[in-house]
Amino acid sequence: MEPTVKSNIKTEEYFINMGPQHPATHGVLRLMLTIDGEIIKNVEPDLGYIHRSIEKMCERDSYQQIVHLTDRMDYLSSHINNEAVCLVVEKALEIEVPERVKVIRTIIGELTRIASHCLWWGVMGMDVGALTTYFYAFRDRELINDIFEETCGARLTMNYNIPGGLMFDIHPNFVNRTKEFIAHFKTKIPEYDRLLTGNVIFQKRTKGIGVLSPEDAISFGASGPVARGSGVNCDIRKIHPYSAYDLVKFEESLQTNGDCLARYNVRIQEMWQSLSIIEQLIDNIPEGDIKVATKAVIKLPKGEYYQRVETARGELGCYVNSTGTKNPYRFKFRSPGLSNLGVINSLATGSKIGDLVAIMSTIDIVVPDIDR
Amino acid sequence: MIETIHNWLYSIMPEGVASITEMVLIATAYLALFALAGLYLVYFERKVAAWFQLRLGPNRVGPFGLFQTMADALKLVSKELTTNDRIDKLLYNLAPYFVIVAALIALAVLPFSKQFQAFDINIGIFFLLAVSSMGVIGILLGGWASNNKYALIGAIRSGIQTISYELSVGLSLLTMVLLTGSLQLSEIIEVQRTGGWLILQGHIPAVIAFMIFMIAGTAETNRAPFDLVEAESELGAGFHTEYSGMKFAYFFLAEFINMFIIASIAVVVFFGGWLSPFGITDEITWFPQFIWFFIKVLGIIFLMMWFRWTFPRLRVDQLLTLEWKYLLPINLVNMVLMAIIIWLNLTL
Repeated sequence: MEPTVKSNIKTEEYFINMGPQHPATHGVLRLMLTIDGEIIKNVEPDLGYIHRSIEKMCERDSYQQIVHLTDRMDYLSSHINNEAVCLVVEKALEIEVPERVKVIRTIIGELTRIASHCLWWGVMGMDVGALTTYFYAFRDRELINDIFEETCGARLTMNYNIPGGLMFDIHPNFVNRTKEFIAHFKTKIPEYDRLLTGNVIFQKRTKGIGVLSPEDAISFGASGPVARGSGVNCDIRKIHPYSAYDLVKFEESLQTNGDCLARYNVRIQEMWQSLSIIEQLIDNIPEGDIKVATKAVIKLPKGEYYQRVETARGELGCYVNSTGTKNPYRFKFRSPGLSNLGVINSLATGSKIGDLVAIMSTIDIVVPDIDR
Repeated sequence: MIETIHNWLYSIMPEGVASITEMVLIATAYLALFALAGLYLVYFERKVAAWFQLRLGPNRVGPFGLFQTMADALKLVSKELTTNDRIDKLLYNLAPYFVIVAALIALAVLPFSKQFQAFDINIGIFFLLAVSSMGVIGILLGGWASNNKYALIGAIRSGIQTISYELSVGLSLLTMVLLTGSLQLSEIIEVQRTGGWLILQGHIPAVIAFMIFMIAGTAETNRAPFDLVEAESELGAGFHTEYSGMKFAYFFLAEFINMFIIASIAVVVFFGGWLSPFGITDEITWFPQFIWFFIKVLGIIFLMMWFRWTFPRLRVDQLLTLEWKYLLPINLVNMVLMAIIIWLNLTL
């Protein structure tokens, strides 16, 4: 029987803005929350605070220029984004890039994934209140940034891939430093586990929180670790291998629970898998050219082209509609962040404010990727 | 020297005025001392955090960055106080004083050494508990008067948390009071001179009481893993979101002084207060005993900082579950056990 309390005090749900300036939203994302006490009744993301109309700018730019726009989208997977555009252009031009390019792109892509997951891990800890994780993660991420800096000159918005291959060859130190990093990082992931994964409070905060069913994951178009945490096979590297992913052996990391802890574990496993992929390739980078000569002005043949890659956040699709000129008629990105953000209302409704932060963190949002 | 000042004061003015002047002097000395202590606890916290987090911490202002927190305090004092409009002016301005005054009053009864204690009242522990729980009023007022939803959520959380964990702090101390038979702080310490520190006397309930006291005490001071009040990733800055300048500094300083008080209570009740370990300096009359007190307090504070920089934060319902379903029942059983032990005169 429901206990009935007669009272003249009225309670009402109230509205609260989380963002656009809020430490938990990792950027200028505005969440409009309807809250009953601590319990969330509705979450409505409001986008557009960092919209730079990248897709429209693509219609104005040449294909070489478009590459440089993409690393401003998901700035944590800049190499992988660049690779996606290069792959779609190469597909349209029917260029087969040398093996060396493929292998280097794969290694760089996996390093990018580790760097991105490192940052995610640090911020994940911070969101649930353990500030120390951030500094541990950044210690290791710095090493990857150093490797990138040596090879391509930048640390954040990195440009290395160009249509037809790579801008220039890898730095002579690249192989050694990558090996050093692998040896170093193999000892650090267990440290991450000791600090955060096994912690009772952390387990309580994430286990059974924000459960995403496989059906929902598919119907929302979720991809990457968010979908794989619910047991959906969606790793593009496995299903539609590109670059050198058909040469290496790796497991698609899958969890079945669909809660925050499952998504967390998927990413931790992915770091191990990425290490193993790099290990398989780093000793056998084939000799050869680093680019195929393309014309100074690239004109894609008339038609539609699509290429997808697996970024650290999920499936990034590049759709090009070309009319045969030097600019695309339409360039559309299917970004992983936008689809993944779609699940937030169904995950967070009914949970507490603290849970929302954990859910946001395991969805791993990068706002410029959502807004473009 | 204190004796000289005392005599001099009484010689130059009438008795009533002299005693008031003396009190004011003592209070000023305490205030100055603990403002300084608070500042250096902030410095200590930043250094400890840095050690945990592979950083260096403050190291630019003064030797080893020792003047960094001074500089920060100066900055806060000279800062403009910004507020949003439509605040409840009276309550908003009153709130920080509640918090800081509650923290400072409690200092009056802490026994730093035999001579170094402002008031040795016979209900010392009770007084400490009563006074230190006053601070939550300030937090509630501040959150309410700020006219900010985040501040309000933080303040309400604080109310829930402090009221719940007060019970555990009180009960775990009560368990120890059963053992000592006195509420007077100096007497509790004297009991430990003969029998050894209470936590080392071999009573299992004492150890349990200490653990519960540390958990509840950390929650009382609103520190991680119980810092839901100012959970920065959820609520921005919690109840003090709208405070700036010196008013913010009061809240900030109060947190550290409260931490000092909780650690002091732990030292007095469990670790023998100013008594030296194994009585090594008991025979030396000129040795300042309060050094032992401060060393022990710093040890406990380091433990609390260790919690903060290692653990994630609990969720608000888990916080209440922990208190009402685990700590409180364990505590009650623990107290009964202690009573039985004392009744039967056992050593367990």
